[in-house]
Amino acid sequence: MALPIYADPLERIWYYSYRVICALIFIFLIAPILIIMPLSFNVEPYFTFTPEMLRLDPDGYSMRWYDNLLTFGMAAPDALRDGSWWADAWANAKWIQAAKNSIIVGFFSTIVATVLGTIAAMGLSRPEMPFRKLIMAILISPMIVPIIITATGLFFFYSDIGLSGTYFGLVMAHATLGIPFVIITVTATMMGFDRSLIRAAQNMGAGPVTTFFKVQLPLITPGVVSGALFAFVTSFDEVVVVLFVGSHEQQTIPRQMWNGIREQISPSILAVATILVIFSICLLTVVELLRRRSERLRGVTPA
Amino acid sequence: MKKLLILSTALSTFAFAASAQEVVLMSWGGAYGKSQTEAYLKPFTAETGIKTTMVDADNPATPVKAMVEANNVTVDVVDIEYADAIRLCDEGLLEPLDPAILPPGDDGTPAMDDFLPGAVTDCSVATIVFSTMYAYDTTKFPNGGPKTMADFFNTEAFPGKRGMRKGAKANLEMALMADGVPAAEVYEVLATPEGVDRAFAMMDKIKADTVWWEAGAQPPQLLADGEVVMSTAYNGRIFAAAVSEGKPFESVWDGQVYEYDVLAIPKGAKNLEAATQFLAYATGTQRLADQAKYISYGPARKSSGPLVGLYEDGKTEMGPYMPTAAANLTNALASDFEFWADRDTQLNERFNSWLLN
Amino acid sequence: MAATDTQPDDPQVLRTVDGVPLKTALAVASRRARIRAFFLVVPLLVFILLTFAVPIGQMLSRSFTDDKFSANMVELGKWFDANGKAAPDEAAYAALAADLKTASEEKTAGNIGTRINYELPGTRSLFTSAARKAKDLEPPFKEAILALDPQWARADLWAAMRSASAAATLNFYQAALDRQIGADGNFEAAPENVQIYVKLFIRTFVMSVVITGLCLLLGFPVAHLLAVLPLRHASLLMILVLLPFWTSLLVRTTSWMVLLQSQGVVNDLLVALGVITTDGRLEMMYNQTGTIIAMTHILLPFMILPLYSVMKTIPPSYARAARSLGATSWTTFRRIYLPQTVSGIGAGGILCFILAVGYYITPALVGGADGTLISNQIAFHMQKSLNWSLAAALAAMLLAAVLILYWAYDRLVGIDNMKLG
Repeated sequence: MALPIYADPLERIWYYSYRVICALIFIFLIAPILIIMPLSFNVEPYFTFTPEMLRLDPDGYSMRWYDNLLTFGMAAPDALRDGSWWADAWANAKWIQAAKNSIIVGFFSTIVATVLGTIAAMGLSRPEMPFRKLIMAILISPMIVPIIITATGLFFFYSDIGLSGTYFGLVMAHATLGIPFVIITVTATMMGFDRSLIRAAQNMGAGPVTTFFKVQLPLITPGVVSGALFAFVTSFDEVVVVLFVGSHEQQTIPRQMWNGIREQISPSILAVATILVIFSICLLTVVELLRRRSERLRGVTPA
Repeated sequence: MKKLLILSTALSTFAFAASAQEVVLMSWGGAYGKSQTEAYLKPFTAETGIKTTMVDADNPATPVKAMVEANNVTVDVVDIEYADAIRLCDEGLLEPLDPAILPPGDDGTPAMDDFLPGAVTDCSVATIVFSTMYAYDTTKFPNGGPKTMADFFNTEAFPGKRGMRKGAKANLEMALMADGVPAAEVYEVLATPEGVDRAFAMMDKIKADTVWWEAGAQPPQLLADGEVVMSTAYNGRIFAAAVSEGKPFESVWDGQVYEYDVLAIPKGAKNLEAATQFLAYATGTQRLADQAKYISYGPARKSSGPLVGLYEDGKTEMGPYMPTAAANLTNALASDFEFWADRDTQLNERFNSWLLN
Repeated sequence: MAATDTQPDDPQVLRTVDGVPLKTALAVASRRARIRAFFLVVPLLVFILLTFAVPIGQMLSRSFTDDKFSANMVELGKWFDANGKAAPDEAAYAALAADLKTASEEKTAGNIGTRINYELPGTRSLFTSAARKAKDLEPPFKEAILALDPQWARADLWAAMRSASAAATLNFYQAALDRQIGADGNFEAAPENVQIYVKLFIRTFVMSVVITGLCLLLGFPVAHLLAVLPLRHASLLMILVLLPFWTSLLVRTTSWMVLLQSQGVVNDLLVALGVITTDGRLEMMYNQTGTIIAMTHILLPFMILPLYSVMKTIPPSYARAARSLGATSWTTFRRIYLPQTVSGIGAGGILCFILAVGYYITPALVGGADGTLISNQIAFHMQKSLNWSLAAALAAMLLAAVLILYWAYDRLVGIDNMKLG
């Protein structure tokens, strides 16, 4: 929206101040996420920029908090860094354990959520689907219901049936939380799907299975993958349910962070945060690429 | 479906792998947790080969109750306050303890004579004496810091934010002592409704200036971050921050409230046998003395006393930092476990509505 | 249908090859298609039912029951059944003594006292201390028990016990509305100093409104800018909106804690700029300010995205037409543009509000005492005070509020129009 030539001076002022306001809001959005990155390299255990850091003096920066992530919880952190040191880190370092747990739970819950969610979305996107609105409302409700209510419900339920403190229980719970995201993204992709393609395939003699794998799936794959990524991130970021139904064995990254934040935000937490931000940048990139690919496949071109 | 089957098989393998004999200790985290890891867990694993795991909680007594009542006990040994142990034992939430399993002192004294009076109860064994006191940041008071409990509640003479534990226990006693009630009469006064009102009235004075902490590791952090200028704390945490990290914290012992901390086994613990073995091991003479090497809490066995030496830095004498050192006991209060065992619930309820109003 | 079958040769009825009337065949086919579509959804519905609806329903049912008293005070329960609201006589005290004796043997006195303590704060110790001495009680029991503590004669205590002698109860909803049993056995407003829940609900709603309002205030201009910029620029700027959306909640909360602490970046910056002095550092954490700032940041993308998708569909020609007809830019915005964005404002607003009302993590970490919300109180009763029935009652009320909003959202926007990114 270029400034129209008939704009009066007041409008000119507004035009520029509007841009400034927007810039400030964007800074508000992004600065908190970026600011922790340099701070995680602080040599001092403070959460502010030291004079050395502001002078860009290399002495003001260090990797000690990242190193701390590796050594925290190790049996012999000070030993020589050879193969057995790394084996020790792999087996005992708390953050590595947490990462393993997060990935295991995230991976399986993503699979459950994506498979069930995609099948359901196929049904939901059919025009003949009965009670469509109601079912949609039910399937999306895990995203809407306050997490504390879901977590307390699961706490009692799992305690009764003995699923508390098991990976299986946690995977099921996280899958539930991820399902709305899969449903939303996959249904959206399928709604844009041209159903005459299915009829065309059937006309040419393809069975329902062939049609699905050869025609439908390639077109909806970008949506399914974005949904899966959403589900993974939901699980990867989830702490309340873990706190209520997980035992000490299911110590995930968010739970480890939660403990750390509540007691003392050591700069190690900032190091983890930085890694997680980089991780989310990668995910976002993947999702954006997928979205563009999907638009291209369906013939939507950016104006 | 097949996928689900594979999935559940894969997951149950995880579950089985974890079900080998082990002891899970739930404790208070931070410097205290570290002292227990060093003094109890590591040597226990080295000697018996039983795996040990440390789990942190703000106050392990609350999750224990939740676990037992929900029939979902995931820890084997818990480290809790004496009054809570009495209360949980009364409610049948802890496994009963046979005192015969406790080893005699290293000097040969029978266990029951070796422990300090009252340290062994029906369900629990005391390990240490700890104190809730307050500490301040010396850099914030260049002209001399607070000296008495009354100073803590005096924001005019000593301005700045306070840190206090989010709960009724110890805070109410401190408030009364600050209001001029002698230590010996605190519980007498607090047993009356007027006494409780008086304690809350005293806390009203600093309510607006208080940051509430829940985990024992928080007060040193709040002080270090400058969020508060003084804070109540467990004495060992302040010691650890001041001595090992060189933080400018000064402890004020006037009006300190001291109590036992105990080990107990929650009802329905999965590894009862190993837990009992651990309990006996951890409360031995040498173990208790070793713990004092990492944190300034007094051991609950007489025979451990003489073995307590220097801090892990190899130069700091632990004696003067103990809650039970004579100089620190001039105006101190022994926490009344019967009082708290009976009134913990209702006073905390009052505290919480006070907090939210 | 039967009528058509009797006239097989009626040329008016179209038939398929095998002779079935086309109308019937279509109906059958469409029913089959409906069933087939439905069956695709069934596995997920069952899954959600098992891992979500059943657990929550079971938890909420706790808000109507608590058998800590009724299960352990059997004799007294019988007496209440037989005598109703009569004043306690010797038989009642005898039943009480018998139950207390059992309680001390089975170590249930704490639980019993806890249950009554929910109704009448300060009475738990009556039960625990009486149970400890119960085995020495001798008839006449009334005198013996009153000798232990004269409080046993309190009418409200007996009313509370009578009310607790049935496991099913609405008392927890009364408690969640700050009401308690009075001396006459009826409910009355609780004393001023223990009324917290209504206040907390109000605070939760007010803070959610403020946060939603702030999100709208900040989200509107940004969404507008994104909608009117050329797509290439807009999608670059969109990344700035989506990155926070994809970043871990805990990471964002941590950042705000780091920024807002009194020795943090914001305060340092303000001191360096000379806005405040070192002694006058602002307190922005462990209070409502911190919660509002952090939550606004976290929920902002949920406002921007729906606004953006609505604004993108607004053709700029209307605004140009208004201008060419002589409207000022302000009038154009107010009369032409704003009305067209209402559905986006509604969608974003309700979504933000729903999410804010149930927020737990951020207030728990940065909220301090006065920045906490109703979710935190539910967690408190779940984990600390262990009054699970009250937690369930509070959860039920919160859930009801959220479901109403969810319904409104569906009416206004349609759930199937929800979009992410």
